[in-house]
Amino acid sequence: MSSFKNTGHLFRFAGLFVLAFLIFLGVRGFVVPKSFGQYGHYRGNAIVDDAARPMFYAGHQACETCHADIAATKASGAHAHVNCEACHGPQAIHALADDPTAHIPVKPDSATLCIRCHAKTLAKPKNFPQVDGDHSQGMACITCHTNPHSPAMDTAAKGGAK
Amino acid sequence: MNGVEGFMYPNEIALQWSVLIVLYPYITGLVAGAFILASLVRIFRVEAVRPTYRLALLTALSFLLVAPLPLQFHLGHPERSFEMYFTPHSTSAMAMFGYVYLWYLMAVLVFELWLDYRAEIVQRAQSTKGLLGLLYKAMTLGNYNISHEALELDEKIGWIVTLIGIPSAFMLHGYVGFIFGSIKANPWWSSPLMPIVFIFSAMVSGIAAVMLIYMATTKMRGLKIDVACVDAIAMYLFYTFIIDFALESLDLIHRIYEADESFRSLDFMVHTKLYIPHIVIQILLGTLTPLVLLAITQLVKLPERLRKRLYVIAGSLIMIGVFAMRWNVVIGGQLFSKSFLGYTTYKMHLISKEGLLVSAGLMLLPLAILYVLVRILPPWHEGENQVLAEGAK
Repeated sequence: MSSFKNTGHLFRFAGLFVLAFLIFLGVRGFVVPKSFGQYGHYRGNAIVDDAARPMFYAGHQACETCHADIAATKASGAHAHVNCEACHGPQAIHALADDPTAHIPVKPDSATLCIRCHAKTLAKPKNFPQVDGDHSQGMACITCHTNPHSPAMDTAAKGGAK
Repeated sequence: MNGVEGFMYPNEIALQWSVLIVLYPYITGLVAGAFILASLVRIFRVEAVRPTYRLALLTALSFLLVAPLPLQFHLGHPERSFEMYFTPHSTSAMAMFGYVYLWYLMAVLVFELWLDYRAEIVQRAQSTKGLLGLLYKAMTLGNYNISHEALELDEKIGWIVTLIGIPSAFMLHGYVGFIFGSIKANPWWSSPLMPIVFIFSAMVSGIAAVMLIYMATTKMRGLKIDVACVDAIAMYLFYTFIIDFALESLDLIHRIYEADESFRSLDFMVHTKLYIPHIVIQILLGTLTPLVLLAITQLVKLPERLRKRLYVIAGSLIMIGVFAMRWNVVIGGQLFSKSFLGYTTYKMHLISKEGLLVSAGLMLLPLAILYVLVRILPPWHEGENQVLAEGAK
């Protein structure tokens, strides 16, 4: 035992480590949610929490149930693959309501909406329709592109975007 | 758009990593460098630099305590950063760094300092009254055994700790380089040489910092600077700097030779936006000038006074140069577009959470901590003052 006589202070320092580790484990047990790691490296209950949140988007199938005529127009035009709620915003409150007419969606303002996708930038593919700031000269897009669900128009006649 | 030339993707226009992320590798680098200097005494038995041994360790500890603070200031929710300790993910380099940091702080630096200072701590615990006395008593951990055998054992254990400390210091700072080097989406960063370049530049900056701090503190105490000591430090600084310079040049030459698809964009950036910080400050002012100055001190027999002045100038330029290197890596890596078609601008704020004032404060904080540590645990031995003071006359 005499060889350990002078090692007391080292054991005390090691004890500090053990104490720190135990405190760490204690705090960890307290702060880490119980469901952590249940399915993966995240809090398992996050899935339940997310599922309990209210829905905002109804999905295009819900829209097409009632608006089959517009869905058909859209399917034949350049916006065929643009989801309804991409322009009209989240509509679960309208689509899932017992009386949808009680929650009539506000019509989007084409003067500000269309440019979000169609503003000219170098990053977009060349064949994607893009316009610069002077193109509409202050007019709303639907003045010329009268049907936003199928926005193609006779560009030669109207002198629109090339 | 203001500050943008050519085309930038929307998420590239404003820089995500500010000057605080420049400070972070800079400060950790100083820690690693200071520790390597201390290891010269303990492992490599370079007796000439012994006067800086304890000062180097205290410097390393002061800067290490501040090292995570720039990251905390950068985070929107700093309290969440502790989650990386509680629920670490093996694929998270940052989480692994947390453990490397803790290991280096507690198992290496604090332990080594405690072993080295134990005899004095015990003596002070027995002779000091008041709060400070209580602090010393706490630091003894209730064990007052400072017998010859116990201190001899401390010396042996300290040697082992330093031996483990060298790769730990390399890990600590190599990791910082690893974080940048492993970001494969950024051609300015993605290089396997990055951790090695970071380690050597860290050693250079840490050694220079301790040399400057040693010279300044000795001067402030009204004592004579141990010229043999600063000569030895300068020699090691010079050799380390040559290796660092060679590695950085190798990295540069490799990039030029490889000339991948990003090269034209990066080359343009170095000749325009990064010209002053990279070419002028980092390479000319912060690397070539101090290298030439240090080479002169090694090749020509200069008077003592002039040598010391050259060391101060070279050391200060090195500190600026290594800071510029960190700046050019962190900020430079965010100035160009991944499309290689455009460049943005970094504008540092003066007063903001990530501004100039906070950065300056974080740079000065380690010096304030060092001041307190030096008051509690003086790095110079009793009696040394007298001898040196007589020498100064």
